[in-house]
Amino acid sequence: MGKAFGAVAGVGAVASLYAMKRSWDPLPSVKAAGFTTLDMSQYKENELVVEKWRGKPIFVLKQSKEMLESYDKNMSQITGKSTAEMDKKRLIKVGDDYFLICVGLCTHLGCIPGYNPDEKSFLCACHGGMYDDTGMVTKSPPPRGLDIPPFKVDGMKVVLGETSPEYEKMLADGITLKV
Amino acid sequence: MAHFTKATSLHDWLNQRLGIDTLNRVLATEYWIPKNINFLWAMGMILAITFGLLLISGIFLLMYYQPNIDLAFDSVNYTIMQEVGYGWLWRHVHGVAASVVFLIIYIHMFTGIYYGSYKKGREMIWISGMLLFVAFSAEAFSGYMLPWGQMSYWAGMVITNLFSMGGLHLDGLVEWIRGDYVPAQAFLNRFFMLHVLLIPLAIIGLIGLHFGALRIPHVNNQDGEEIDFDAEAKKYLAGDKANSKVIRFMNDFLAKDMMVVGIFLILFFYLVFYHYDFAMDPVNFDPANGLKTPTHIYPEWYFLWSYEILRPFSTNVGLIAFAFAQVIFFLLPFLDRSPNAVPASRRGLFKYWFWAMLIDMIILTAMGKVPPEGIFSAIGFYAAITFIGLWIALPFITKFEKKV
Repeated sequence: MGKAFGAVAGVGAVASLYAMKRSWDPLPSVKAAGFTTLDMSQYKENELVVEKWRGKPIFVLKQSKEMLESYDKNMSQITGKSTAEMDKKRLIKVGDDYFLICVGLCTHLGCIPGYNPDEKSFLCACHGGMYDDTGMVTKSPPPRGLDIPPFKVDGMKVVLGETSPEYEKMLADGITLKV
Repeated sequence: MAHFTKATSLHDWLNQRLGIDTLNRVLATEYWIPKNINFLWAMGMILAITFGLLLISGIFLLMYYQPNIDLAFDSVNYTIMQEVGYGWLWRHVHGVAASVVFLIIYIHMFTGIYYGSYKKGREMIWISGMLLFVAFSAEAFSGYMLPWGQMSYWAGMVITNLFSMGGLHLDGLVEWIRGDYVPAQAFLNRFFMLHVLLIPLAIIGLIGLHFGALRIPHVNNQDGEEIDFDAEAKKYLAGDKANSKVIRFMNDFLAKDMMVVGIFLILFFYLVFYHYDFAMDPVNFDPANGLKTPTHIYPEWYFLWSYEILRPFSTNVGLIAFAFAQVIFFLLPFLDRSPNAVPASRRGLFKYWFWAMLIDMIILTAMGKVPPEGIFSAIGFYAAITFIGLWIALPFITKFEKKV
């Protein structure tokens, strides 16, 4: 009798806990609002624009020619390959231009880093973390580069929140974590 | 059914039905308190009264506060502060009490540590007290979200991010806690619920447990003396009040208690009327903005010491150190291996441990407030290491303590 009562009560308890868990989940309306479309023809080189996706700030930084050159030079120093072999791992190609599109929250504890166009670097004022113009960490404590949101390139437009083979490749290569 | 007679008075009528005389005897007039105590023993009553002040002021704030991300900021800073008659009083009482209650909690805790009031049957008093500390911390944090200013938003962002557990990247858990990708409407609503219902209920229950845990071992005294409460009570009731080591809770002890409470309340209302600003961060008078981080994010003063233990390390080590700091005080009755339940001053190395811990926590608090640069960063780091080291050393230094 006691066991039967316990079993019924146990099932009820688990079921109610599940209902409580589900009630705390993000609402469908919140999830459905999770897409942002950017028109990439409007951005200027080396000028940071902050967009918004899922309530988070999104950094969009169009790369200038010299930024791309210095990126290739740095990467070839690190990897030992020639500059011509470099692919722009963290950058997104739209038309003929390259863009950094990333979540503008420091990967340490989520403050918003500021961009310095002269130094071409990001500095997080909370704990002093720094990133270069492709969002890679140049000074700790951030544990990894700025995260890249799921994206899909569609002509001159980029849809954030929708995945694509390019984004899946970034995930597979460990360039970014899923956000 | 029990036998009822015609009541001779209202008191008798109630007594037949509720047993109020017995209740009064058990809870008040024959609840025995040692004579050998000092003003530090009044902190519990001060805390109970401060909780009462928070409850009453909170009820009035609740009538005008709007838990909506578009309305919350104005409902606090305009409606309550400007329009509601004496709304400012409730807000300042609530804000100042929320800050001061932690000062008293820390004094109460360190009094317990100094006099060894967590040993010899008093372990549950200590553990229920630590549960209250955790509940009050959650209450303070959830309440801090409600004005929906910049500090509310970014403290909410940073603290909920801690639940991603650093290298484990549990972003799904963080989003579940928030009910959104960032702190937004669902977040504000659920923290509002936690602040006004669930956590206060837990606190009231825990206060009951804390008082109940006190009942059998009784209150400690200044010398950690083991008192035979039954024998001393008998002496007292027989009329030998001078030689008895105990007094009644009511009215004897309460009369002294309320004097300390009175002094506290004078200071408290001085703060409420003239220095309420110390409990109000200026940054939180800017409305929440998810696209702009304040340049320097820091918690309220009472969380600074544990924040400073998190800060000087890399993400994962910092989180482990932080988790250590949150739970280690619970284990105090078991990490202290000495059977001596006497004041720290008579306990050899433990005396130095006590003062080192107190000073270290004050240093951590101070370093948590300043930007993490240069010398401050180094001091914070060594203070955090010292904190952990002191806890590791505790079982060893107390194990070899001489019995007094």
